[in-house]
Parts: sequence; C-alpha cells; structure tokens
Amino acid sequence: MQKIEFVPRRTFLAHLVSSSAFVIGARAGAFDFNGATTAEMVSDADKAAWNPNVYLGIEPDGKVILIMHRSEMGTGSRSVLPVVLAEELDADWKRVTLEQAIGDPKYGSQNTDGSCSIRDFYDTFREAGATARIMLERAAAAKWNVPTSECKAQNHFVVHKSGKKLGFGELASLAKQQPVPKKEELKFKTAAEYRYVGKELPTADRDNLVNGKGIFGIDAIMPGMVYASIERSPVFGGKLKNFDDKDAKAVKGVLQTVTIPDLKGPTMFQPLGGVAVIANSTWAAAKGREKLKVEWSESPNAAYDSAKFKQSLLETVRKPQKVVRNVGDVDAEFAKAAKTHEAEYYAPHLAHAPMEPVAAVAEYKDGKVVCHANTQNPQAVQDTVAQALGIKKENVECHVTLLGGGFGRKSKPDYVAEAALLSKAVGKPVKVTWSREDDIRFDYYHTVAAMYMKAAIGANGKPTAWLQRVAYPSIGTTFNPTSTHAEAFEMMMGWNDVPFDIPNHRAENGPAKNHVRIGWLRSVANIYQAFAVSSFVDELANLAKRDSVEYLLDVLGAPRKIPFGKDYINHGKSLEQYPVDTGRMRNVIELAAEKSGWAKKKPTKGRALGIAAHRSFLTYVAVAVEVEVDNAGRVRIPQMDIAVDAGTIINPDRVKSQFEGAGVFGTSIALMSGITAKNGEIEQSNFHDYQVARMNEAPFQVNVHVIKSDAPPAGVGEPGVPPVAPAICNAIAAATGKRIRELPIRRQLA
Amino acid sequence: MIKLKVNGVTRQHDGDPDMPLLWYLRDELDLKGAKFGCGMGLCGACTVHLNGKPVRSCSTPVSAAANAQVTTIEGLSTDGTHPVQVAWQELDVPQCGYCQAGQIMSACALLAKNPKPNDADIDTAMNGNLCRCGTYLRVRAAIHKAAELTASNATKPATKPAAKSASGAGANLLPRNGGKK
Repeated sequence: MQKIEFVPRRTFLAHLVSSSAFVIGARAGAFDFNGATTAEMVSDADKAAWNPNVYLGIEPDGKVILIMHRSEMGTGSRSVLPVVLAEELDADWKRVTLEQAIGDPKYGSQNTDGSCSIRDFYDTFREAGATARIMLERAAAAKWNVPTSECKAQNHFVVHKSGKKLGFGELASLAKQQPVPKKEELKFKTAAEYRYVGKELPTADRDNLVNGKGIFGIDAIMPGMVYASIERSPVFGGKLKNFDDKDAKAVKGVLQTVTIPDLKGPTMFQPLGGVAVIANSTWAAAKGREKLKVEWSESPNAAYDSAKFKQSLLETVRKPQKVVRNVGDVDAEFAKAAKTHEAEYYAPHLAHAPMEPVAAVAEYKDGKVVCHANTQNPQAVQDTVAQALGIKKENVECHVTLLGGGFGRKSKPDYVAEAALLSKAVGKPVKVTWSREDDIRFDYYHTVAAMYMKAAIGANGKPTAWLQRVAYPSIGTTFNPTSTHAEAFEMMMGWNDVPFDIPNHRAENGPAKNHVRIGWLRSVANIYQAFAVSSFVDELANLAKRDSVEYLLDVLGAPRKIPFGKDYINHGKSLEQYPVDTGRMRNVIELAAEKSGWAKKKPTKGRALGIAAHRSFLTYVAVAVEVEVDNAGRVRIPQMDIAVDAGTIINPDRVKSQFEGAGVFGTSIALMSGITAKNGEIEQSNFHDYQVARMNEAPFQVNVHVIKSDAPPAGVGEPGVPPVAPAICNAIAAATGKRIRELPIRRQLA
Repeated sequence: MIKLKVNGVTRQHDGDPDMPLLWYLRDELDLKGAKFGCGMGLCGACTVHLNGKPVRSCSTPVSAAANAQVTTIEGLSTDGTHPVQVAWQELDVPQCGYCQAGQIMSACALLAKNPKPNDADIDTAMNGNLCRCGTYLRVRAAIHKAAELTASNATKPATKPAAKSASGAGANLLPRNGGKK
C-alpha cells in the first residue's frame, strides 16, 4: 500500500493538481491490503465475513457494507460513488449499508475537494466491484463444479444457467478463498446492463435530512464534553499580549479559560491562537467570551486596507509581468494594430460562509485523540492534530459527520486542532463551534484579484492579439510565506488555458502579498479569471456590434483539441484522456443558447440575455442568463440555462442539483458578496453585511441541460460557478449598455 | 423557573432565562434538528414554531417561550410523513441539508396560513431562510407540491403518504418513479 507522506505543501498541491498517485494507492490498498492500520481503526466492512477490499464487506446474511471514504457536504458523493461499486458487484441496493470512513490513508485521498470524488475513484470503485463479482461467480462455479462462464451475478445472487442460484452471503466465505483476479481478467458491465448508474436515485441521507435527524459536526457530542468559544486577534498575525478573564469567569456556567498558542511558521492548517472560554454550554461560553478583555500585539498586517490594496494590484497589472503562456508575438501585433481595446477588472475577497460553521468535538486521552468533525479531509485532521499535540498521526482517530456545506473551508482543519488542544488542557472532551462572526472574520478567504486585458482588433472585430495579466495573493502563501506568484494549479484554472483561436496570445501573472489567510473556495481561481476573460471577449463582441454567441464561437474557432505544453497541468490528468476540446465547448454554448431562446429573445431596454462559457475541473459549461434591470438599478434573474458536458454521469439528478446550486452561488458572487479589510480587520461579520443570495434574489428558474457522453467522468461540484458571474454581467451590458468590471455589482447600476 | 411545552412534552428551565431557545433545545434537550446559522435571526436555520408561528430560535430567549408550545422539526411528524416532508422527499430537495429543517418549518407555517401560495407568496415567506447550496428552486417547487398533496389528502377518505420513509441507506436509494425517466 502506498503511504501518503505529510509534506503539507506538496500534499496540498498534489491534491489540487493530481490525485493520480492516491488513486494508485487506493487501488493497491483495495486489492493488496487486508488489514486495518491499527486495531482501533477497523470498519464494519473490515470486520465482515468477507472483506475483499477496503471499501467493501459482505456478511453471511447477504448484507453488503460499502465504505464511503469521501465527505458529504451536499454534492452527493455519499449517494453517488458507492453506486459505482454496487453496480459492478451487481448488488441489490436494498441490502446495501453505507458506512462513513474514519480518516485513514488506506482509503487513498479522502480530501473531498477539487470536484474529484467521481473522476478519481470511478475506476477504483468499478474495479473493486467487478473484482468481487468475479470471485463470487468463481466461488459458485467451484461449488457447483461447473464452468464459471455458466455463472452470472444478478441482483445479489450468482445464478447458474440451469436456474439454480446462491446468494452473495452464502458465497462470501467461499469467495474469500478464490485468488484475486488480475486487472486484465475483469469484465465490466455495458451501459445497457446498468441498473443504477445513469438513473435518478434518491440521495442516501434524504429522509434523515427532512426529519431533522442528520448528524452534522455541530450536532456531534461526546460524553462529559464541555464547550469552548475562542477569542482571536482581529488582525491576522496579531499575537496575544495579555488578557483579563475575571469578568468572563464570573459568568454562570463558565469553567475556565485556556490560551491557544500563537500561530508560528507557515499558516497551513494551524489554529490561529487566542483565548478560549470553557463553559458548560454553548451559550455560557459565548457570554463569557464577551466579557474577556484581551490585548493583542500589533501585526504586520495592521495596515491592510482593501481600497489601497486594490490600487496596488491594479498598478501591478498595468506593467509587464511574468509570462505564463505565449503564442505568437502580441507586442508586434499591438504595435501595428489600427485599433486596440483594453479593460481592467477587479474581484474581491470572498468568505465561504457554509450554513454550518466549522465545528468539532475532540477528546485527548493517554496520548491519543478521538474527534468528530465536519471535515472535508479527515487525513489532514490527523496530520494537523498530530502536529499540534506532538503525537503520531496514527493516534488521531477522526470521525466524519455530515457537513453543512463546505465549499473548501472545511478542508482546513484548524478548528479540530483547537478542540484537541483545549481537550488536552482541560482533561475533558471539548466542543468547539465557531460563531458566524468567527466564520466571516477568520476565514481562509478566497483571494482578491485584479486583471488587465488588451486586444488588437482585426477584420470583422476579431482579436488578432490578446494580452491578459492578473495579480492576486496566491493560495501558496498559506503554505509558503515567501510565495509571490500564483501556483501552477491556479494558472491552470482559466488563465494559461484560454481556448481561443487567436494567433498572438500572451498570459501574464504579477506578484502579490497576502495579509489574511488565503484558501480555496468553490471553483477557486476560475472565479475571477473567468470573470475577466468571459467579460472581455463579450466587450469585444459588443465593440464589433456582433451577436455575443456567434462572436464567442468565432473566437473559440473550429472544433479541435488544443495541445497545451507541460506547464498546463490539467488537474493532473493527461490531455489524451481529458483533452481541451473546443468542439465540446462549442456544443455547450450552442445548447445553452438554444435552450435560452437566444435567437428569438432580442434585447430590450432593461432586459437581455448574456452568455459565458468555461472549462474547469475538466468539465465544459455554458451559462445563458436572462436579466432584468429596473430603473433603480436592481437586477432580477428570471431564467438561467446551464449546459454541461461532464463526461460520464452516474446520477443525473445530482448533477442537475449541483448546477442549480452553482447558479445561485455564482449569483451571490456577481450581485452581492464581498469581503473587505480596513486597518487589518475584516469589515464584515454576519449575513447582514456579508450577503448571499436569498430566494427572491436567486435566479427564479435554473434549467440544467446535461449532454449525454461516454467520455471519462469529470467534475460536477465546482465547474458550474465560474461562468455565472460573467454571463450575468454580459447580460447586464446588453440590457443597459453598462459594462460591469468590478464585482460585486451591488448598487453600481443605481 | 420557566415552563414550556416542547413537541407536546412539558419542560422546565431553571437556568439563564436569556439563553436563546435554540441553545436550550440543542444543548439542554438534545433536540438537534434546529440549527445554528447566524445567531442574529438572519438565516432561518434555527426556525421553530412558537404557538404555531415561525420564530428564529437563535434570537428568541427561552423566557419568551414561557407557557408556550414549541414545535421543532422532530415534533412535526413521528415518521417524516408530514406533507411538506413528503414533498421534500419527492423532489429530493436537500443538498447538504443543514438549512432544510428551518426551510421546512417556515414552509409549514406558510402553508398553515395560506394553503395555496403563489410564487410571490413563497418568496416572501421564505426570504428569511438562507440556503448556501442554492436549493431555492426545489424548495419553491416542493412547497407547491406540498400544497397539492395537502389538498388531495383532504379530499381522500384515507390519507396515504406519497413517498415512503425508508430505513437503510440502500433502501433510500431505490429509483424514484419506479426507475423510469
């Protein structure tokens, strides 16, 4: 089995760039590894009568236990990935039990992030199911003394051609004796044979969620636990100078205070440090915290001011910067062009604001930690808690609850380390629940970015040269304080892979420093990079007085596969398997336009359609959106049509729901969400000033059109987000003539 | 001492009367269905019924519930067969599911007052319930569906739940509509 070494920066990059190493690990783990890491870390599947691989156990009564090693935060991974295994096993869903895995490297990557649960584990789960099925068929053949070719698994039985049959449970102990087949011996079902894949199956947790019985991180309890509320430096990097807890301790229910050490070295997933109030209820802890008097040392980030920082980013992108992609000679073309067009764009920090704030309960005892957390990455919990407490990773047992949203925030387990450190200090299990104010003011923020765009305009208004320059504090700063430029995985997200057919094309990236923790948020760098690219191409269409869809298709060029070089990392997948295919991009654009009624609905004053398309997480998405702008400058979105090509689809309904949600998430980004800092402090604190779309602000209707494809599965959770904001802005430009170049829109149209 | 009825059971609270009803329900009574989202009545995740009216329990002190009837998602039905829950199941509304108890409690309160709401009525009534996953479309559709179910149940002699509540995960994953589509 392949061990995943904890080298924070590399592990982190590896997950965003490529999970292929982990998949190999998972495969090795699935078929060569028959034990658990430690005696305590044994799943029900491991303990089953037959445990052919880490994801599957079969009991003599026919109960099939499927391990879900990825986290469920609403994207449907718990409901979708196990179906892949059960399908190839030919199990009966009614007899399947799902078991949520604890953090353990034997499962391969558990970092539920980067829209990769299906694409990185599809083959592994198919192989895991098909392997067990062959072994069951061979076991039945041996028992009946007939050729295996006469035996076939069918809905939880192996059936002989004569009609006699044996249940999976009856065969489990015999199948266990069978040699494990080689990969070449595996046979997979054809699409026509599928009973579950491609069907709209209900979600695994549906009934618990509508009955209020789902257990989230905030709901997890441990016997004898106490509650903590933590005061942190309002400016990132401020250190604890002194504090007075007399009044806090006088609050009824408050038990004690504990200091959490200042953050040292690279930010990573370490706790921020601060003063914790420990109490016998959530409420008492919060009230006690209000009475704390804390003084912080001045931080080097105390001058962080979003208005000034915006200007510095814009100045950076007005000057030549590091070239990250170069085709032809942009400067020569600009020099001889009769006409050029340029524009600057800006997008602010965002907070993740999952409806459930981060929460964990942990107990430290005898050098070991047991914790329950709403984490996207239980192995990172093991690493982070182990590092914070100076214990071994194997001594951290992390149970994963349901997650009330994640969006990338819950990949960073600083809050679990807080709970573990506090438990060690007070000698009891400790529950840490962040308030909404904590969540908004101490996030790992989506970064702030400025973009400069310039094009030389040729015949028919088409660009003959295109320059795009961007600057933002990179996610790399969270792992390496000396980081200056964007990481390769950030450039991959819609910056060095713009698939336009332009003879002279240069992409650049300038430096920027971070003053807050920077993290990844649903669709990451694609958000601002797609905003600039998809807005600017529409500006050029407007300038040429051409139809936006027709112009976009023209600039995209003929259907072709673009041979990007080695700098283009394509989410760790080969360009042979997952090409950048402008033909598939054209298809989604044409489909979204058609379904939106593009050809018939011509813009009128205050009402128009807009289009944007973007490939991210290996998925092609086009958004056609209709907006209405009233005389007061308020934007209403009656309809959004999203066309998606995500390759092979397991559950079409969950794909639809993810893109419906992306339409709303993208609308928040376009219309109202933004985080700003002044004197180093975040100015927003709750949903009144960090606004996200409500029902009447969200698109009234989102129609999702999924293209049928047998291409390998691609991402679903994130790729719907990037094209939404530029599509809205393009529609606004068509409806009002006003070009939005800064997000969020808020009152810009008033 | 504060006396109140929660889901039909009489309870008494001897602690801080200012404690929000939400934390009383969650920490003291171990009713975890109502969720914390903001602490300021801005997001609706904590919505429960106080004498049948929807309230944000995060910003309602326990003292405000003295001698009152409180209904939480756990008290809505014993088996998930309230028409609103059935409609929610049929349309598979939840994504992460965290805000859904609050959405359902707001939806029930709306339908109790207005059995056949139009889109505008729904938008107005549900505006205080945030969903970061963006399930609003299905929430609206499910409210219309629940209104239909309630109306058709009222005309039938015996009511029958439209979606069966299932126990195990596998049982939940049976194809909807008999697998057709």
